Amino acid sequence: MRIAVASGKGGTGKTTVATSLALSLASDSTRPPPLFLDCDVEAPNAHLFLRPTFERRQEVGILIPRVDESKCTHCGKCAEVCQYHAIAVLGKKVLVFAQLCHGCGSCALICPEHAISEVPDVMGVLEFGTTRAGIVFARGVMNVGEPMAVPVIRQLKKWIAPQPNQIVIMDAPPGTTCPVVESVRSADFLLLVTEPTPFGLHDLKLAAQIARELNLPAGVVINRDGIGDAGVEEFCAAERLPILMRIPFDRAIAEGIAQGQTLVDMRPECLSSFQSLFNQVRILVEAPA
Amino acid sequence: MKQVVILSGKGGTGKTSVAAAFAHLAYADSLRSVLADADVDAANLGLVLSPRVIEEHDFVGGSIAVIDPDKCDGCGVCVSVCRFDAVQVREGGYRIDPIPCDGCAACVYQCPTKAIRMESQVVGRWFRSESRYGPLFHAALRPAQENSGKLVTLVKQKARLLALDENYSAVIVDGPPGIGCPVISAASGADLALIVTEPTVAGIHDMERALKTTAHFRVPSFVCINKADVYPDGAAQIEAYCREHDIEIVGRIPFDQTVTEAMVNGEPVTAYRPDAPASRAMRAVWERIATRLNDQEDRQ
Repeated sequence: MRIAVASGKGGTGKTTVATSLALSLASDSTRPPPLFLDCDVEAPNAHLFLRPTFERRQEVGILIPRVDESKCTHCGKCAEVCQYHAIAVLGKKVLVFAQLCHGCGSCALICPEHAISEVPDVMGVLEFGTTRAGIVFARGVMNVGEPMAVPVIRQLKKWIAPQPNQIVIMDAPPGTTCPVVESVRSADFLLLVTEPTPFGLHDLKLAAQIARELNLPAGVVINRDGIGDAGVEEFCAAERLPILMRIPFDRAIAEGIAQGQTLVDMRPECLSSFQSLFNQVRILVEAPA
Repeated sequence: MKQVVILSGKGGTGKTSVAAAFAHLAYADSLRSVLADADVDAANLGLVLSPRVIEEHDFVGGSIAVIDPDKCDGCGVCVSVCRFDAVQVREGGYRIDPIPCDGCAACVYQCPTKAIRMESQVVGRWFRSESRYGPLFHAALRPAQENSGKLVTLVKQKARLLALDENYSAVIVDGPPGIGCPVISAASGADLALIVTEPTVAGIHDMERALKTTAHFRVPSFVCINKADVYPDGAAQIEAYCREHDIEIVGRIPFDQTVTEAMVNGEPVTAYRPDAPASRAMRAVWERIATRLNDQEDRQ
């Protein structure tokens, strides 16, 4: 089962929830420890809390065109088919703009002279390791200055195959567009973390639309419960979005998280709350649609 | 006319609360500004500026491929050329799933029966509004869509054009989280970036990535520490990092629940409770940033 943790708004506590959920699953000896994928490749933070020892590393990216000038007749077909303006023919010169290329391979396929081969362009790295609690941990880290997160996320998801019966926790980036969709689209459940404020509510509404668009069952965790107003509660009730957990606002919790502690480090009694969160998710996933 | 962009790397550090305060303070100081919400995924600036929409336009994003079932002979070439796993096999026929489709059109050019065409899509809307503190450009990208970088560029361009046409002094841009394409679009052309960070292990980690990104694109950057008192050791780490990299810290904003109260009331905190600790600190940050913007003008 794959559980994606997402939010719309940033800083609502996705990583806080995802890391403690993973720790609670790791403490259950009846199943293999979970696989944790940090899909927020622009701003990956889960390793700061789970502290894995990285054992393996791999560069990732896309294939970009390389033109063999001796074969090229400058016919311009490659530039004509490229939807991203990543290749241009100017007189007797072909220019490739690696940062605009999406690696689709269309130019190489269309070239009548077979003058285009494809070479890897590195956009980031994948890293793999295990944590002291036994969590299998993998993350993607996009290189600074790269525009596209999606290829890094896509390859991260393909990199480590979960074992049978292993729960996969995916920590998604904030927002509601392509990097989020790539992160959550193979999930079985979307866990939406929000805060009870107007910003939290506005972005929860958008995140709930993603769940609808992708036809995924979803539930809500209200973090910093007690600040703000009742808008989130009213929305969840009206939309029949189940509220699966509430984490009260507490300055001591905020201080601990600031220092890299997880909720279950600080409050061991939370282990059972996260186990019951998981049980509720499992019931919702297994329920007939 | 000068452009300032507010970024953070990590989400939820307080970008929009600071941007809203800047909008209010610029107005109060008679520095005529155009406002732009460049977080088109999750646009929140409008929630605290009571905008009245004046113009509304569709945003046509990239195109996606569509298969005409009458022309498709089921050869499967599209499946083999698609690198985005977007072609689905359904009861003997083929169909493009619009969600993973990247719009590359490789299948269009390779289909031997010319059964695939590209269709452009309306993926969002953009707005010109009048807010309490000046014109606001903002947008709403439909969830699960692409091209947020392009929409960010559009929103900023509209804000900039109005500012130039009508002699505004500044454009204040509320940026998105992360460091990828929408952030690059938001930061490009900015005279100055303010990175709002928080003294948490995650906030510091992502601030460093945001600063490396603005340095990569040569945008002069300043840091302000929000919720500075939550973890003093973390604040000290931020200060050490900034000293080492010669980055000026333009202020420290204390943790203050008044910021949330102001948001619930739909107002910038500096307008809601000008004497609250966070409001005073934000005013100090604004004054420094306004001076730095001015300095830049002098240098040119």
